[in-house]
Amino acid sequence: MSADNKPASSRAGMKKQLPEKFINYKHVWVFVELERGEVHPVSWELLGEGRKLADKLGVQLAGVVMGPPAATTRAAVEGSYRYGADTVYLMEDPLLTDYRNEPFTKAMTDLVNTYQPEILLLGATTLGRDLAGSVATTLATGLTADCTELAIDDEGSLAATRPTFGGSLLCTIHTLNFRPQMATIRPRVMAMPEAKDGEVSGGLIEVPLNMKEDDVITKILDFIADNTTNKAQLAYADVVVAGGMGLGKPENFKLVKDLAEVLGAEYGGSRPLVQKGWIDSDRQIGQTGKTIRPKLYIAAGISGAIQHRVGVEGADLILAINTDPNAPIMDFAHLAIIGDAMTILPALTEAFRKRLSVNRMAG
Amino acid sequence: MHIVVCIKQVPDSAQIRVHPVTNTIMRQGVPTIINPYDLFSLEEALRLRDAFGGKVTVLTMGPPMAEDSLRKALGIGADDAVLLTDRFFAGSDTLATSFALATAIQKIMETEPVDMVFAGKQTIDGDTAQVGPGICCRLGMQQLTYVQKVESVDPAKREIVVHRRSEGGVQVLKTSLPCMITMLEGTNQIRYGTMDDMFRAARADVRVWSAAAAGIEDMTRCGLRGSPTVVKKVFAPKARAQKARPVDGEGAEALAAAAIEAIFASQPKLESDLLKQSAGY
Repeated sequence: MSADNKPASSRAGMKKQLPEKFINYKHVWVFVELERGEVHPVSWELLGEGRKLADKLGVQLAGVVMGPPAATTRAAVEGSYRYGADTVYLMEDPLLTDYRNEPFTKAMTDLVNTYQPEILLLGATTLGRDLAGSVATTLATGLTADCTELAIDDEGSLAATRPTFGGSLLCTIHTLNFRPQMATIRPRVMAMPEAKDGEVSGGLIEVPLNMKEDDVITKILDFIADNTTNKAQLAYADVVVAGGMGLGKPENFKLVKDLAEVLGAEYGGSRPLVQKGWIDSDRQIGQTGKTIRPKLYIAAGISGAIQHRVGVEGADLILAINTDPNAPIMDFAHLAIIGDAMTILPALTEAFRKRLSVNRMAG
Repeated sequence: MHIVVCIKQVPDSAQIRVHPVTNTIMRQGVPTIINPYDLFSLEEALRLRDAFGGKVTVLTMGPPMAEDSLRKALGIGADDAVLLTDRFFAGSDTLATSFALATAIQKIMETEPVDMVFAGKQTIDGDTAQVGPGICCRLGMQQLTYVQKVESVDPAKREIVVHRRSEGGVQVLKTSLPCMITMLEGTNQIRYGTMDDMFRAARADVRVWSAAAAGIEDMTRCGLRGSPTVVKKVFAPKARAQKARPVDGEGAEALAAAAIEAIFASQPKLESDLLKQSAGY
């Protein structure tokens, strides 16, 4: 048995030795997720983050836009410049109208193989995750999912930090000797950058897809749009009220909804509430649910397990309502009401109702 | 119809504890379970087998003790089980894992053609959602992730129609077999195995394959060596310098009033925003 044919034991101390074929891989790319004419806001968030990485490396930031030949696709190109891209790689083709894994994987792997970026970021949406997995496998490179922090280390490698073991720990992952270094980041984990005003422009590299509809095996028969009025828009809400096991029983969750209604807020809950069936899974807040970034987050009866924490840390202000002054949530909340959520929630609802309506009459 | 379901034995993450001093995972006494997301895929595969005939083979990669998870799956109703275990697999990231599993599936296909592969949407310990697409890509199958409903299967035409969750709606997709499916959570309810299944599971032969037995020739594509990603650092989240500031007051009303003052004092713009919004009603 040769030395190469023995199991390896540890590589934490492994050094970067980039193979010759990857030496020319340069620049930071962000996949601009365009579906049904709209760019997912996570793409702009990633351009903001990608800008910082590109500046640190002294390289360019590019947006990758794929869509049908349409004004909305061109608007995504302009949006990319507005949110910080120096260059846009554009693939316009009717096959890229609605997302399907096959044409999008071909489009992305062709672009990467031709133009050789060192870093490729995608949103951790259903589309981004579906695409990233097959692109990374095709390119045989490393992919780090659901990162919460990105940085460039002393050797110029991407240091991607993500929660692991259900959010109990964080780990920093490097793709040392393969390119591109790929990462997905969930919506709202990174801050939305300022958009540039006025005229914007940048480089534009248009590349043909070279694929026919007959080449694509999967066909789209229909699209059933969500009834958005009933769907939780948690991730992008300005104010979020959530409840946890401290509420005691499912009937008490109404107190959370009441407060949310007065505040025009979205409501959600911690993972145990979803597991117990008190709320739908699309209302779950935390690492395996939604990441939120509201101006105000009110957490009632939530102890604050780390997996919850990583989903709410981006909030500007966190108010915790808990009977236990030593609950883990006190480590990352800003304000606390030490008390029983069952009495505090109705009192808050009433007080906010008065404050907001009295002032309205005065104004 | 022959369906392979990839499962993973995971620690019951709700019960994971981190050592406060060394920041390492305390595994002692942590029970293991079949990754809960896998059960939605297993159930869907069993339903298709019940409807169209054929068999369900469960496949996992892991330490020898992962055999327990396969026996559980047999007890629920799976027909056959393969355990991929070898020290060469230690430290596999998602790319090395999908390589090993895809190679094992190809090995299975040498004797029994495979029409569909199911995998969990993601695991509760790694949460990457990458292994299913990775396997699919290597096998050159059609990829159907986040499926919430298998609408119809036509075994004669080798066609399948599914409802796939996407951003802002549901795609109705038609594709050809073989395909790889990951089911969305909550789409079905895992069955209880029959007494027959449970007896059979206890006595069944689980096929145990080493890397070589699975047909892997190049060991450098397995385990740590076959993994492009390197975990450089594992650490506990930092506590913020300041803990939450408790507001003062006697009784719920006073506490609520004090909290609202504190909220608007630190976020003055929030109050005007809320007022505008409130006036809009």
